[in-house]
Amino acid sequence: MIPPPGLPGTDETSPGTPSLTPTPTPTPTPAEARESGEPGGSAPPRTPILEMSGICKSFPGVQALDNVDFRLVPGRVHALMGENGAGKSTLMRILAGIDSPDEGTITMDGRRIRLENPRQAIDLGIAMIHQELSPVLEMTVAENLFLGREFLNRAGLIDYKTMRAEAGKLLRYIGVDLDPGRSMRELTVSQMQMVEIAKAVSHRANIIIMDEPTSAITAKEVERLFEIIGRLRSENKCVIYITHKMDEVFAISDEITVFRDGRYIGTYETSSINEMDLIRLMVARDLNEMFPEKTHGHGEVRLKVSNLTRKGVFRDISFEVRAGEILGLAGLVGAGRTEVVESVFGVAPHDSGSVEVDGRPLKGRGTIRSIKKRMGLVTEDRKSSGLVLTMDVQDNIALPSLWKLSNALGLVRRKKARLISREFTESLRIKTAGPNELVRNLSGGNQQKVILAKWLATKPVVMIFDEPTRGIDVGAKSEIYKLIVNMAAEGVAVVLISSEMKEILGMSDRIMVMRQGSCVAFVDRREATQELLLLHATGVGGRQAREQTEEEIVLAKEGLI
Amino acid sequence: MGEALNVSRGGRGGSGPEGSFSWKQFLLKYNIILILMLICLALSIYTNRFLNQENLINITRQVSINGILAVGMTMVVLTGGIDLSVGSLVALSGVVTAVLLRDHHMAIPMVVVVSVLVGLVMGSLNGYFVAYCRAAPFVVTLAMMTAARGMTYVYSKGRPISPLPADFLFLGKGNLWIVPIPVIIFFLTFLLGVLILRHLRIGRYIYAVGGNETAAVVSGINAKRVKLFAYCFSGLLCGLAAIILTARVSAGLPQAGQSYELDAIAATVIGGTSLAGGRGRLWGTLVGALLLGVVNNGLDLMEITSFYQQIVKGVIILGAVLLDSKRHSA
Repeated sequence: MIPPPGLPGTDETSPGTPSLTPTPTPTPTPAEARESGEPGGSAPPRTPILEMSGICKSFPGVQALDNVDFRLVPGRVHALMGENGAGKSTLMRILAGIDSPDEGTITMDGRRIRLENPRQAIDLGIAMIHQELSPVLEMTVAENLFLGREFLNRAGLIDYKTMRAEAGKLLRYIGVDLDPGRSMRELTVSQMQMVEIAKAVSHRANIIIMDEPTSAITAKEVERLFEIIGRLRSENKCVIYITHKMDEVFAISDEITVFRDGRYIGTYETSSINEMDLIRLMVARDLNEMFPEKTHGHGEVRLKVSNLTRKGVFRDISFEVRAGEILGLAGLVGAGRTEVVESVFGVAPHDSGSVEVDGRPLKGRGTIRSIKKRMGLVTEDRKSSGLVLTMDVQDNIALPSLWKLSNALGLVRRKKARLISREFTESLRIKTAGPNELVRNLSGGNQQKVILAKWLATKPVVMIFDEPTRGIDVGAKSEIYKLIVNMAAEGVAVVLISSEMKEILGMSDRIMVMRQGSCVAFVDRREATQELLLLHATGVGGRQAREQTEEEIVLAKEGLI
Repeated sequence: MGEALNVSRGGRGGSGPEGSFSWKQFLLKYNIILILMLICLALSIYTNRFLNQENLINITRQVSINGILAVGMTMVVLTGGIDLSVGSLVALSGVVTAVLLRDHHMAIPMVVVVSVLVGLVMGSLNGYFVAYCRAAPFVVTLAMMTAARGMTYVYSKGRPISPLPADFLFLGKGNLWIVPIPVIIFFLTFLLGVLILRHLRIGRYIYAVGGNETAAVVSGINAKRVKLFAYCFSGLLCGLAAIILTARVSAGLPQAGQSYELDAIAATVIGGTSLAGGRGRLWGTLVGALLLGVVNNGLDLMEITSFYQQIVKGVIILGAVLLDSKRHSA
């Protein structure tokens, strides 16, 4: 049997491929590699090996990519930057053969290529580390590493022994101490991510796409990843690096391409650009314009949470929100913010503590009692818990109000439901073909507005927003901000969870910071800065200390999952 | 470190894979085998007619047809699908077999090949609609179940087809030494299934597609072809089972194989295969099929009527699934 293409370690003779035996010499740091590579005798060729031009791609309701150009030069680390929804991931999915472009051409080494499925991309030497982890949980580490290119013995049977051995070598090369025979299900998130990285590297691809590779790994593993990237660079490969973390971009990349709202903005040498300019290119508007002005005062306490505890998740959470006030909840991923609001709203149980709306306590369990007390929750994940994708706009908007819109026999007054849905479709300017359009067909921003509409229809006095602008474009974002502030101005008490610092800072009147399931600080809007919030969220100041705690956070997540 | 952190980590450590040997884990992992052994033990104490060579061989013979079908069913279920057409395909292949033997006097090896091909072709239709037209497996195979049953009645004009040549009946009634031929065929089918699932690429792809189809596709696997294969294989085994059934009852019966699909699904599920796909093993299915056979046999020996047998069977299926969900939440 012919060994599957691109397997590591099967072809010792070909030069310039990563050997799986750990090299005794220390890997050069990115900076060293850059210096030794360029002025020396073997300067990497400057001609691009891959060019994408005029790429267009639209999904129902969204123009994800609009006439985008992109080119890759071997031996360089190319960072892709842009806000959520800027089109980075879509472009990379096209390059990896997962999505097909509507228009545009892709050429490799001057020849036009077609990428219709992932197999073709893999065969052309393009490997991708996916942002959303994609392991087959039922399989072992080794089986996942070599999925789609298993080792076969002469009889054509799967050669588990060689597969385990090669997987072991590969994992050692990556620097992960992991038994390749273990089931993927038993792994922590960070271990899974390292397996994904190992998988991409093992393809011996010429182009390696890394989409947020460090989202779940510890500082030490990030260091190890950067070493590997340095090695790939010195082997004249292309690495495409997508991240939101500025320090990583400046530490590892040679050039940066910026996208904004599905458009190509430009490509810049990393050494010639600074952080502020980069942000300006990505956002292209002043933050002050994004967030609406607030002029209204605050009234009575509407939401009072006292000593709320769910064992092993969060403890002793107490806060009050007044009419017209926006309370921001800040903290790192895994700090327990979502869990707290889920318990406040009644999606999840709590062990002790109480919740009061307008001075009256919520009794019992479940969400209907919260809705009847006129509380609303916009959940973190609009597709899985915010909307019923298979229902139309009208039914989605009416859903939490149906108990009011139906008579004692449960018969729904459809005419009234239609009126309400029309009212909010118009006032929120939801772009839809009509009240019977399926919400599945709307763009992310309009879907989010449908969620807002369905809660507005219940005439809430307390609204909780969990990541209300995740994955929607900038225009829709600022509209949603306006809607939230308008709600507050009309006397609604608002709780806002966001992982975007500027969103928390721009929207909140007060900010509660959580760390590892505890409330650690309340910060007033006037004194709040990014650094101060981060300090509270991580428990220590300074970047070094922050990296240490990142490791703790990952540990905490492992424990909680 | 927060209290929450310590509590939750501690809770996990005890049941973790690196933890020390735990009886609870062991019992949960091998519960089906243990239950089978307990039932066998109870039956051998209760009645002296259970534990003798003749009865045990009888059980394996009774189990063999369902066992063969369950091997194919396991593969389909592992991809995340289901095959409801199994019983009807057995009847269709069986009737075709009987007509070829009685009216066309075809040679027995040729008849076997044709019967298997009939199953394969019908199975490939299932697979085509599921994989390439993205239709729901439940609906596609329900349609096939109905249509194939109709074809069986049309082809046989609704009448049993007999007599069949004595040489052919050997395939259903004969023995090799003391081992019944159906048991040998079942055993070989089981080995083939293990070979495919454990040692061939396509088997790994079946697990991958059922476990995480996106991951499989991103890894360059043609998920459609993998699904097509599973339904083809299930259909093929229907043709094989039809040979045994037709030979055992000495006739091609158009009404044969009713609710065989449900027994095959029961064996698969009792054996621990997840209906969501991606998780399960063939030996579990083997044990599941044996468990059903032993229970039927035991209730017969205890002279409990078939009405009660069905209730017991229902309870066992439910119990097995509950145990399984407990194992995976533990």
